[in-house]
Amino acid sequence: MLTRVHTGLDAVPGIWWKPAHKAEKVWVGIAFAWCIVLFAMMPLWHWKGGQNPSGVRRRVDPKAFYARTVLFASKYKVGEDRGLPIVQPPPGADVYLVGLTFQWYPILKLEQGKEYMLHLSSLDVNHGFSLYPLNVNFAVVPGYDYGLRVTPTAAGDFRIICNEFCGIGHHAMVGRVIVVDSTGRAVADNGAAHIRQAGAP
Amino acid sequence: MTATSFPAAYRNCPVTARRINLQAERLIRVNAVVSVVALLVGAIAALLLVLTRWQAVHLLPAVWYYRILGVHGMNMLIFFIIFFEMAVLWFAGTVLLNARPAAPRYGWFNFGLMLVGSLLVEAMQWSGRADVLYTSYPPLKAHPLFYLGVILFAVGALGVVGQFFATLTIAKREKTYIGSMPLVVYGAMTAAIIAVITLVHGAMVYIPTFLWSVGLIKGVDPQIYRLLWWALGHSAQQINVAAMVAIWYMLGALTVGAVVLNEKVSRSAFVLYILFISMASAHHLLVDPGFGSAWKIVNTSYFMYMAVLASMVHGFTVPAGMELGMRLRGYTDGLFGWLRRAPWGDPGFSSLILSVVVFGFFGGITGVTLGTEQINIIAHNTLRIPGHFHATVVSGTAVAFMGATYYLLPLIFQRKVAFWKLAKLQPYMFAGGMLLVETGMTFAGSFGVPRRHWDISFSQAPFDVPFNPVVDLFLAMIGIGGIIAVTGALSFILIAVKSVFFGERITEFPQGVDVVGVPQGLTRPPVHATNADEINAELHAPGHGKWGPTPGTVVLVGVFLLAFMLYYFTNWKLLSFLWKIG
Repeated sequence: MLTRVHTGLDAVPGIWWKPAHKAEKVWVGIAFAWCIVLFAMMPLWHWKGGQNPSGVRRRVDPKAFYARTVLFASKYKVGEDRGLPIVQPPPGADVYLVGLTFQWYPILKLEQGKEYMLHLSSLDVNHGFSLYPLNVNFAVVPGYDYGLRVTPTAAGDFRIICNEFCGIGHHAMVGRVIVVDSTGRAVADNGAAHIRQAGAP
Repeated sequence: MTATSFPAAYRNCPVTARRINLQAERLIRVNAVVSVVALLVGAIAALLLVLTRWQAVHLLPAVWYYRILGVHGMNMLIFFIIFFEMAVLWFAGTVLLNARPAAPRYGWFNFGLMLVGSLLVEAMQWSGRADVLYTSYPPLKAHPLFYLGVILFAVGALGVVGQFFATLTIAKREKTYIGSMPLVVYGAMTAAIIAVITLVHGAMVYIPTFLWSVGLIKGVDPQIYRLLWWALGHSAQQINVAAMVAIWYMLGALTVGAVVLNEKVSRSAFVLYILFISMASAHHLLVDPGFGSAWKIVNTSYFMYMAVLASMVHGFTVPAGMELGMRLRGYTDGLFGWLRRAPWGDPGFSSLILSVVVFGFFGGITGVTLGTEQINIIAHNTLRIPGHFHATVVSGTAVAFMGATYYLLPLIFQRKVAFWKLAKLQPYMFAGGMLLVETGMTFAGSFGVPRRHWDISFSQAPFDVPFNPVVDLFLAMIGIGGIIAVTGALSFILIAVKSVFFGERITEFPQGVDVVGVPQGLTRPPVHATNADEINAELHAPGHGKWGPTPGTVVLVGVFLLAFMLYYFTNWKLLSFLWKIG
């Protein structure tokens, strides 16, 4: 601060490109270092962390994706709940979940500790995949296949909330994911354990 | 056309001794008035929304909830803020530079365009022909006049931005000021440059969407739309950031005689905004299928957080400028004597402090954290997002704009501030209520409660979703905080309308006394003594202490950094508890 005392409302005559005081320099230095930490955390988590939104992504015709999902559902169907097929694919399989106004299709049954390739897309408008109660959120965009490698770490009965406005029935759009442990039971130590399972297998 | 061939009428400002061009003054006034009308519509909408999301009240039916949500978004984020920013641009370009406005009649034309555009949007939204929310993501489709209204509004705003640049050029050529333009104008210019970037993206997204809505083109790619729309939607908020920081410097100067510590540092920070801040579209696309991780990381971080660096620099220089301004005027006791003895009863000052603190501690920290590629997985489209942006746009920008209004009323409208006692209370009421709203939203969102959702009891859904009962508490917080904040907003509107249309005229400001209805900065201007340079050199001397001339601010930013680190790493920890996803 070597220019004359003035406020931000004053025009500055002469040359104002003057060295900053040490306190300012130190703060700018600390802030810059913190910004680099913030930046480095993201690539670091891709390398060492277990939760990344990278996935395998490609364009897809919405109708073709829907047809693929229906075929997948009929192939691995093991039951039914509220008119929706419960589908249990083998571990490692490609799993398809489609959002359509106002439904998530089908119900998925997965095994704890096994990896699946979960494909998300939409038949019509934008939807939002929000896995309750874990709070895992992904955008579901028509015309785009979002393939995510997922490994459920705990058994339980999960819900899929739609969290992207998709029309007047948006708030009724809820789907279901069941994760069973190696004994085939959906006992859970997660927060959804107390979800009532009326009519569910 | 030179100043001599254009005999515009001027008046002299009794406080700052600046020349005020009367044509510019009328443009400032009309834009500010329309801005407040939009705030009124948005505030009433806000009340209806919080009373619906408060699940125990659940006021609106579903159709009207989503409709009013769209109305709230457009009125608050677009009409209120941008009309006010137009007033700021006219003010900064003319009043602060002693200059005349470029082509004032074209200014009225642009104002007309913006007004017609906003009325079209209102008509379409209220009549249920644009139930597509603020983001209007296709394939959801609104009436063509909705998109046309947005386009007209944007064209008008772009025109005013162009006029602002022309005004700067005229002022420079006519030598209405000596040397470099004031820092506050520099900040407004930053906002204007970001506005150009923003509005060009607006044209790129809304013109094709309009053509699609009238059937001239076949479709709009939903993912490309999301990319371009957020280059409009988020960058628009960056106009607010730059304008707000400019107003921080202005209010600091007016209320406590805040000085500019170092022009180089502050101006460089504004340049960082211009260069990097428009990359924030990516914040909304971190869990989208259309983009790879490298793109997401580079963009969401504004190229290694260079815009965050800029905000952290302002976060130091703004309070440090206030501290030094106070210390230079003799308030030198202890670390925080300058803060304790600041004019807390001046609504301009209280708004400034509340804006800086909530924007930085709440809006800034949550924003960077939620905008981290992987952490966004536990935040995207939950209530954490509106929790964040209400802390920036409302508690930050809107509060700063309100604080500025308390000074604009006497200076530009030449009226005393009506309901003075209420005015002194208003910033606390509004910011306090909003803090409750933001906290409620942030915590509810952490439990997975979605944003933009009519009914989280899921009464019409095929499966139950039994949220943790504590969520009801957070939703009640949003409701109660919302009622307080809306009362604060309505108080502000009442004060502004009463002052502007029925207020007591004031053209002379008596000095050295307190006048009801006039902020203290105008009757007791925080002028620096003639020997301020010497005191300043003394405060900066190495012997003064290793924490420099503003030790209080050093402590404050230290606390800020610790809070930042704690929140940031806590979120990584929470993320690590999820399923493995990749």
